[in-house]
Order: sequence, then structure tokens, then C-alpha cells
Amino acid sequence: MAAETTKNMALAKAINESLRHALDADPKVLIMGEDVGKLGGVFRVTDGLQKDFGESRVIDTPLAESGIVGTAIGLALRGYRPVVEIQFDGFVFPAYDQIVTQLAKMHARSLGKVKLPVVVRIPYGGGIGAVEHHSESPESLFAHVAGLKIVSPSNAGDAYWMMQQAIQSDDPVIFFEPKRRYWDKGEVNTEAIPGPLHKARVVREGTDLTLVAYGPMVKLCQEVANAAAEEGRSLEVLDLRSVSPLDFDAIQASVEKTRRLVVVHEAPVFFGSGAEIAARITERCFYHLEAPVLRVGGYHAPYPPARLEDEYLPGLDRVLDAVDRALAY
Amino acid sequence: MTVESTAARKPRRSAGTKSTAGKRTTARKSPDAEHEPVQLLTPEGERVKNAEYDKYVDDITPEELRGLYRDMVLTRRFDAEATSLQRQGELGLWASLLGQEAAQIGSGRALRDDDYVFPTYREHGVAWCRGVDPTNLLGMFRGVNNGGWDPNGNNFHLYTIVIGSQTLHATGYAMGITKDGADSAVIAYFGDGASSQGDVAESFTFSAVYNAPVVFFCQNNQWAISEPTEKQTRVPLYQRAQGYGFPGVRVDGNDVLASLAVTKWALERARSGEGPTLVEAYTYRMGAHTTSDDPSRYRGDEERLAWEAKDPILRLRRFLEASNHADEGFFAELEAESEALGKRVREAVRAMPDPDHFAIFENVYADGHALVDEERAQFAAYQASFADEGV
Repeated sequence: MAAETTKNMALAKAINESLRHALDADPKVLIMGEDVGKLGGVFRVTDGLQKDFGESRVIDTPLAESGIVGTAIGLALRGYRPVVEIQFDGFVFPAYDQIVTQLAKMHARSLGKVKLPVVVRIPYGGGIGAVEHHSESPESLFAHVAGLKIVSPSNAGDAYWMMQQAIQSDDPVIFFEPKRRYWDKGEVNTEAIPGPLHKARVVREGTDLTLVAYGPMVKLCQEVANAAAEEGRSLEVLDLRSVSPLDFDAIQASVEKTRRLVVVHEAPVFFGSGAEIAARITERCFYHLEAPVLRVGGYHAPYPPARLEDEYLPGLDRVLDAVDRALAY
Repeated sequence: MTVESTAARKPRRSAGTKSTAGKRTTARKSPDAEHEPVQLLTPEGERVKNAEYDKYVDDITPEELRGLYRDMVLTRRFDAEATSLQRQGELGLWASLLGQEAAQIGSGRALRDDDYVFPTYREHGVAWCRGVDPTNLLGMFRGVNNGGWDPNGNNFHLYTIVIGSQTLHATGYAMGITKDGADSAVIAYFGDGASSQGDVAESFTFSAVYNAPVVFFCQNNQWAISEPTEKQTRVPLYQRAQGYGFPGVRVDGNDVLASLAVTKWALERARSGEGPTLVEAYTYRMGAHTTSDDPSRYRGDEERLAWEAKDPILRLRRFLEASNHADEGFFAELEAESEALGKRVREAVRAMPDPDHFAIFENVYADGHALVDEERAQFAAYQASFADEGV
């Protein structure tokens, strides 16, 4: 039974509620980005926030991503906790310099004297039939950078709490929002005490093989597990939630049980997070593995035009194919 | 002299321009020609009246004038010592400010304690004004850290190496001041090369749109490593401000009084809610870009000699002497103080220890990170493995 504090809401609404709570709880929290004010963001994630908290706290910025992140750094130096929105994944690159050379490194550069509690929200991933630059998954490009933390919720409840925790973090957090799941509804308990931000969660227990995913691919992996169950296969599904730090202990524990691992993400397989997981789990679980770690993800090609994205993105059949191959060893 | 030498570098534009080249008023010259900077002290040390800016330095006392002189002399001495220390192998690199002392001391002394400075890696004179110990600046050039001072200790941010990035941090900080309802101001230092960076353009846009209390202090030292200013701009840099909707002023960056006065004016604008200002301090990088650079590959001696005649320290000395504001005793005492500073810096650098190996893993994150912990432990185990060998 849902408690009184539990509500059913879409993932986008859960983030909106979370931001609202953060603005309410801490006067230093700011929202910044293109169209986040009056419009409420192109995905309405910041809907109504400017109306309730004013233009000084929910700030429509000039159309300049480096400027958004660079000024957010300055505001953080002044004691603010900015939550900035990059409108789409493919538009983050003008800000990449500020994120990589400044946001990520200033704490170390200052020998710990400067903290930059900045959250960079990025709606990411495909599956919505968008034009170029609106469907990318650049998380590995950030995970490679020390000083950043990278998270991605897969459901409304996590989205609510992970945003709270990201805003409370004294480290910069890149918050990847699975845009194709924005409208998926889920339970949000605003009173529940959440687990640690960077811990993975077993969303389905199984015995034959572990599927590891995060963000938009968690739902797909649950569907894969359902389909496999009909064929008598018991798949465990792990929602990583955090890409940096990455909960290798949780993967290891699962793989020591199932002995087989398939990693699924929308980002290109080449140098993707799956590569890092495969390498480390091979090292940690060498004598447990019955099959090499397999990966399913995007190809080494620019994200294709929308009419081709179903072929590019991992889908039910491609993941099942990888599951079959892993089980065939 | 400057104008001529700058113009000599500039290629002829077109036949049409050529035909009017004889007319002084219409001839197309370098972007820097015909834009006289605000000057209060001539190279000969004569005080020039200026209706607009005199009021910012009218109440300056002889003691304060001697203070400005002392700041410049000590900064130059420190800078020379650092260059020597690089030559001796004690520093890996040094970015000399030689020639830019007046721009830095003048602007630096215009600031209040509660103002905030965002420097490049060459603002040693401003650091001096803020009370950052000079030896603290040398850690990053020796390679023992990437910035050895607490930015909030003196409201002087760490040196930013990526060109122009700090102008956005300055703008954001200034936006925060506005939100706090404070009347502090921010000053962002950058150079002629940085003026081409997108971040600088974006900082102009943001500061103008939010009316942020920030002074953009551009030291146009004529050279971005090997590229002269005309490779960065077709208009005088101070005019860039106009397109963003705030004022820009060119000041003689070798004139400490003018630099002080113009910066005070710009700070006053910031404090009173009038928003950003661009100050272009027209100066010259007398030395190399850094100790790794060789200016003889791209510029001749004539230009440097012309600027030597406009030396910022020399002109204030002439003024102090002519107006009897300083006697021989003052200069002799300062000379001794300079040597003592050089010695202190030398000894401090030589005594600067290498960091502990585990510093690699420190402060990567504020709240910790599992991977950093794991790698630190691996590194410790690896290092400990040598202990058994009894080396």
C-alpha cells in the first residue's frame, strides 16, 4: 500500500518536484538554463518554478552553454548551488571545456579550498524520433574526467531522490536524465530515506545471467528479463544509477552468482562504460565467469536519422541475442 | 613611435585605401592607431590634466605615490628573481609580467578588500596588491602544486591557465554579488589574445544582460605569444564593449596613475549598479611570453626599445623626483628591500619540498569517490612492495 507521502508521477514531474523542494529548502539553490523560466524548459522539467521562486533564482540564460556553466562556477564560488540545464545532450559540447578544465578540476587545483556544488542536468538518449544532436549519450566522455560524478536515474522515485542528493553533493554532478522515460510514471515517496547516491540496485533477481544497465536501458532490460523468463531463463537486472563512481562491488556480487554478464547502454560500445565494466569485472571475477562479458550499445557511427534509430539503439531482440550468445558458452 | 611600429607590421589593405593614405584622417591604420589612451603621467613623468579622471587620484598623497612606486619595484624584482630561478632549474616555467607593472599595480590598488579578483597566470602584481605572498605563486611554476593559495583568503582566485575561462567565473561571481545585495565588485583580468575567446564574448553577453558588477581588465600587451594584436581584432579592443552595451575605455597601461583612476571609475560604476565596464590597458610585454618562448623569432628590438622609453617605473620615479615626493633615502631603502625580497623568494623556492606521492589522490573530490580510494590503495600496495627489498 502506498503511504500518504507516496505519489504516482512521471519522471519529469518527479525532477520538477525535487527541484521545487531544493529551491524551497535552500535559498542558495539556483536553476539556470535556456528556456527554464517562463517556458518551464523544453521538456517542462522546470515548469512553474520561476513563477513561484522568481527570476533571480530560476534564471533564463543567454543561449550560450559555456557561459551557463562558466557563470554557474562563479556563482558556486560565491556560495550558490546552481542546477544548470543543458537543453539537449548534443548541445553540451560548447560547455565541455568549462566542465572538464574548470568544474572538474578546481577542487583539486585549490587543494580542497574551493568546492563547486554544481549540478549539470542533461536530458540524454534517443528513442524520441528527434533530429540530429538531440539523441546522444555522451556519459563516457564525462566519466573519463576525474572530479566529476555521473549519475542517471531510471525511474521517477530515483529521479526525485537522486536529484536531491546531487544538489546536496559538494562535488559537481552531471545528471543524465533519460528523456524517453520522462513521461513514464512511477511511485515517488517524498519521505522515504534513500540509499546512497552512487550505489547500484538489483531491480530483478535472477540466477542465470546478469544484465547491467542505467537510465533508459533499465526498463528495456526488465522487458528482456520478462521475455527470457518465458523461455525459462532467469536473468538478474542491475540498475547502476551511477556511472562515476561505478558500483563494481554490486556487479561483482551479482556476477559471482550468475557467472554471466551483459552490459547494455545506448552510448556507442567502443570505449563506452561497458568496456570499463567488462575489463574490471573480468579482473575481479575471472574464475567465476563462464562467458566473456558482452556489450550491447550504439555503433561507432554518428547517431543516425530518426528513421534508423531503432536499428541503432539496443532493443529487445539485440539484447536477447547477446543473452543467448553469453548463455551458449 | 608605437603607432608607427604597429602600423609597419600591418599589410596594406587595398588600392582604394592606398589612394587616401596621405590624408591623416582617413588612412586605414592598425586597429590601435588614433586611439589615444587615458594618460595622467607622461613617459617623462609630467602630470597631465584630465577633466574626467583627475578626481579619482586628486586626493592621492605623496606616501601613496611612493607606495605605488614601491609596489612596482618590488613586483619587478620578484619577477626578475623568478625568471632567474627558472634559468637555474628551480622553476619549470615562469610567465614574466615585465613591462605590465603599472597596469597591474594601478588596477590592483583600486580594489577594496571585499572585491574579488579573477587573474590569468601573469597577474603577479595584482597578487602582490591583494597580499598573496609571492612565494605562494611559485608552487605551480615549480611543479609542486597547481595553485598554492586559498582564493578566499585574499579574494584572489587561482591563476587560470586556459585562456579566457576566468572571465565567465568573474561574471558568475558578480551575478552572485547582485543576488546578495552587496556592493562589492569583481575584476576579471585577461589579455589581447583572450579577447578572441568565445568565453570572453559570452562573459560580455552575460554581464551585460544581468548588469553584473564586473570590470573586464584587458591588458593589451600587444602580443599573444607570437601573434600581434592585429591577428586578434580589426577594431581597438576597448571598442568591443560598445556592441555589448557597456562602456569601454583605453588607458595607458604603463601609467600607474591613469590605470588606478580608470579602474576606480569602472569599479564605482559596478558598485552603483551601472554594470560592467571594459578597460583596455594599453601596454607592452617587455619579455618573452614565458621562459620557454623566444621573441626574437617574431619581433625586433626597435619595438621593445620604443616601449622601454615608456617604462612604467621610470616615469613614476621621474614624477616623484621632480615633485620632491621622494628622496634618495627612499630609493636606497627600496633597493635594499628589493634585494631582501629576492633573497627571501630564492630561499623559499629552494626549500620548497616535493609533494607527498599520495597528493595525487588528494582533493580529487570533496565527498570522496570509490575509484580514487581503490586506486590509492593499489598505489600504496605497489609502493609498499618495495619496502621488503630493503632498498
